[in-house]
Amino acid sequence: MKNQSIKKNLDWTCVIIYCLLVIMGWLNIYSSSLSSIEDTYQKQLIFILLTIPLIFIVLAIDGKFYEKYASIIFGISLLSLVGLFLFGKTIAGQRCWYAIGSFTLQPSEFAKAATSLALAKYLSDSQINLKDINRQIQALAIVFLPVLLILPQPDPGSALIYSIFIIILYREGLPAWYVWTGFTAILLFMLTLVIEPQYVILIALLVIILIHFKSRLADRNIIASSLLFVLISGFVLSVDYVFDNVFKQHHRDRFNILLGKAVDLKGIGYNTNQSEIAIGSGGWIGKGFLEGTQTKGGFVPEQHTDYIFTTVGEEWGFAGSLVVIGLFVTLFLRVIYLAERQKTKFSRVYGYCVAGILFTHFFVNIAMVVGIFPTIGVPLPFFSYGGSGLWGFTILLFIFLKMDANKVNEW
Amino acid sequence: MRKLLLPSLIIVAASLLVIRIFYLQVINDTFKLKSENNAIKIKYDYPERGYIYDRNGKLLVANQASYDIMVIPRELKNIDTLEFCQLLNITKEDFIKKIAKAKIYSPRLPSVFLPQLNKSEFAAFQEKIRKFEGFYFQKRSLRDYEVDFGANIFGFITQVNEQLIAKNPYYKSGDLIGQQGVEQYYEEILRGIKGVKYFQKDKYNREIGSYKNGKYDTIAVQGEDINLTLDAELQKYGEQLMINKRGGIVAIEPKTGEILALVTAPSYDPGILVGRQRSKNYTMLYHDSIAKPLYDRGLLAEYPPGSPFKILTGLIGLQEGVVDEQTSFMCNHGFSYARGRFMKCHDSGPHQLHNGIYHSCNTYFAQVYMRTINKYKKPAYAVDVWSDHVKSFGLGQFMGYDLPTGKRGNVPTSKTYKRIYPNGGWRSTTIVSNSIGQGEVLMTPIQLANMMATVANEGHYFTPHIIKKIKGENIDPKFKVKHETTIDKKYFKPMISGLFDVYNQGTARSLRVEGIDICGKTGTAENFAKIGGKRVQLEDHSIFVAFAPKDNPKIAIAVLVENGGFGATIAGPIASLMIEKYLRKTITRTDLEKRILERSLQDRYAKLGGLSDVVKLQLKKQDSILKSKKIAPAIKKDTTKQN
Repeated sequence: MKNQSIKKNLDWTCVIIYCLLVIMGWLNIYSSSLSSIEDTYQKQLIFILLTIPLIFIVLAIDGKFYEKYASIIFGISLLSLVGLFLFGKTIAGQRCWYAIGSFTLQPSEFAKAATSLALAKYLSDSQINLKDINRQIQALAIVFLPVLLILPQPDPGSALIYSIFIIILYREGLPAWYVWTGFTAILLFMLTLVIEPQYVILIALLVIILIHFKSRLADRNIIASSLLFVLISGFVLSVDYVFDNVFKQHHRDRFNILLGKAVDLKGIGYNTNQSEIAIGSGGWIGKGFLEGTQTKGGFVPEQHTDYIFTTVGEEWGFAGSLVVIGLFVTLFLRVIYLAERQKTKFSRVYGYCVAGILFTHFFVNIAMVVGIFPTIGVPLPFFSYGGSGLWGFTILLFIFLKMDANKVNEW
Repeated sequence: MRKLLLPSLIIVAASLLVIRIFYLQVINDTFKLKSENNAIKIKYDYPERGYIYDRNGKLLVANQASYDIMVIPRELKNIDTLEFCQLLNITKEDFIKKIAKAKIYSPRLPSVFLPQLNKSEFAAFQEKIRKFEGFYFQKRSLRDYEVDFGANIFGFITQVNEQLIAKNPYYKSGDLIGQQGVEQYYEEILRGIKGVKYFQKDKYNREIGSYKNGKYDTIAVQGEDINLTLDAELQKYGEQLMINKRGGIVAIEPKTGEILALVTAPSYDPGILVGRQRSKNYTMLYHDSIAKPLYDRGLLAEYPPGSPFKILTGLIGLQEGVVDEQTSFMCNHGFSYARGRFMKCHDSGPHQLHNGIYHSCNTYFAQVYMRTINKYKKPAYAVDVWSDHVKSFGLGQFMGYDLPTGKRGNVPTSKTYKRIYPNGGWRSTTIVSNSIGQGEVLMTPIQLANMMATVANEGHYFTPHIIKKIKGENIDPKFKVKHETTIDKKYFKPMISGLFDVYNQGTARSLRVEGIDICGKTGTAENFAKIGGKRVQLEDHSIFVAFAPKDNPKIAIAVLVENGGFGATIAGPIASLMIEKYLRKTITRTDLEKRILERSLQDRYAKLGGLSDVVKLQLKKQDSILKSKKIAPAIKKDTTKQN
């Protein structure tokens, strides 16, 4: 009987989109694997088949379980990240895998779901008011604890994903200035790299003066405005300093290539250049399944993992890219819509986290592949090759779908 | 409001991605090309070029295999360098240098280690190639010339240049193409069509299979063999006779318009433009701006025709009815054709057409020409009538033969004279030098030869051509079209009998060949050159035109020797020898042959410029020809004034 209600209440829109994305992902991995000696498509097929029992388990567990044991799950997840420092396997300079025989597991892929659960639990536990500075600190601590463990692996890509939690906290009452500060900081950072810092400071001064004299007389605060200006100038100058002195050369290269300040098609720019060629040569409708010359030639590095979208672009063209992006966006908006429908704060926050995390992966990955974001290792959810990633995202999504299906029972 | 931030962010971000992807895939179209450069390798299969034979089926131009030794640096393993270097006759330093160079190009891809080995060099290496891992060879096909003459007719093979690649998409950088001669004119027939194979390559530039299962691949089509109308023996003999002279010989079979010989001098051995020495030799030929060995004088050199033009003057006079065979003019070592104007002649006495021709009397033909022009009231009209007659012999125009170079020559019309004399006032006396081929008329040797062929045919000609047969194809039908002149057939008979007596009683008496009835005409054309800024009159060009036998002619010929002097001095003997060679295969006038073979005009040409490498080669070749004919080389001295 229980199973029947799950079947009835499960959000099939999300399930169908999920299935479509996984299947399309596998087809593209199959195509890209023809150029390599490894049979990645066979392994991925096993990973995909293994998601079926995984989904059944996730859906079979009682909905209350996740809320009840959120803290414990989070704790285990943190421990698994700490454990990497002792037992982790280093692959390509990154110590972020556990190896069991030839099988490897990446705990950071599961930490996102755990962190989401913990944050949802924290925000639903009591009468939390995020206007309170102590609450803000506690909430941010939940988010940044895993980041602190992930960054030194080093895995800046996974760490970057956690920035989306700011937006989720904002939805739950975090003061707006966090968000605006974040956006302003990113804007100033990019501007400083593109144009000279003194001009950025000059622009900031003009904007502040404009805002100051446009605002109502009562709101004018010469001290606050001046302080803001000093802060911005300090930030701009420190960005300049950090970029030149703290960043490693390969970080600087990635930014410089992205900003068009440097061209290096053989070295660090090779990935992005090849990836743009592969996508760009697809045209309106692409070259057809298994017909991508760039894919066959293996020109795009890491094509089956982080650069899987290049296969979509080359073989399925603009039409195919539009379909994939469309499916993802539909999924995100559907999850947000479902989250807003939730009766408990816990499942709402969790739903938001699911949409946010999936979206951040999606955007950072494709933006990098099409050359509008620096090269950073982030997988495309459900598409990219890799068991840990696929299972992590599957668990993340289906826990929420279970919660969503359960809400009827809770009445 | 707070609810809307994430959804808006998602929509804005997704739109940003779509715009960027749209830009990459649809707006910017450079990626398609980059992708092809990246991933598709095109391999061409070059068919062998067609062979070239002469009219009798003698092979003139074939192909030879040439071998490039290739190396893939990464695959080199335990090479016995010493043995390797000895086999290929290179030093160890060379070996190290070449390997280093190949490595710089690419360790994975093949580079040419040693280009264009010939068969014998290659044979020794081939036996042991198994021992040298990392090396292999690549066969190429080069032209192999079976003869050391005919360079101007064959042309040569060269790499296509950028302009041509831009104009003709068939050719890709590095492709070979025929240039000049039949190699250029019949390029598409000789070369065939190359086959194309597309390969998918990977990021290491390695082939990983055919592209789209060979959907776009094509198979090579072999080049066709061709037969030329050339008589190899005659051509060879002509080039020997012309050694150390400058000028041209054109021999045509009157009945068909087939070119039997097309000699230009100086020329060169076509074999020197093949193989490793090619570019050095080509530079030598190209930069010799005085001897101009790449300039086909038989087709390109426009000269005033001199006395041979009197044939046309006479024929037109008869056709226009201003004279008949009996009309007689008195010559007194020339005549006064206008007040204070006197045209000199070497002859005297009364002249009719017959002895006018064989004595080459200036007076007679000047009178005929003046009558022709004076027949009509307006000299402009008369000149155009005359001009049309001349043009009906194929003069003053491109003849339409199948060789890629040519000159129109010049036949003046009333327009010409309107330009020269804008105020009018010109009349027959003004332009009388046309009558003896010294006026505005210009002709190339092939036009002279064609004129003689037309006379031999008594009034018609076929467009001269060099192609006899194309395997599996018909030659251009235009070469079978009979071109009639405006002169009635009956007027040719007296003219031919006059030309016949040139040999019996006239200016070519000394050139008779026993048993062959030759009709000919001597000619001499004045010429000038600027030397040190001064206009200097040089030795006359020696001209001779002929056809033989008188009845049922088989060969018509024009010979022009620059600065050779009087027509019967050099050009005449050459024409006689050529005719005998063609009709009889052997030479009875060995005295003439010896005189011509020994003769060098290089001293005269030296006035125009220094001793070039081409000239030195010519001098050397003359010695070897004389030796092969068992003639002791004479002291090369200029002994002109014998006629």
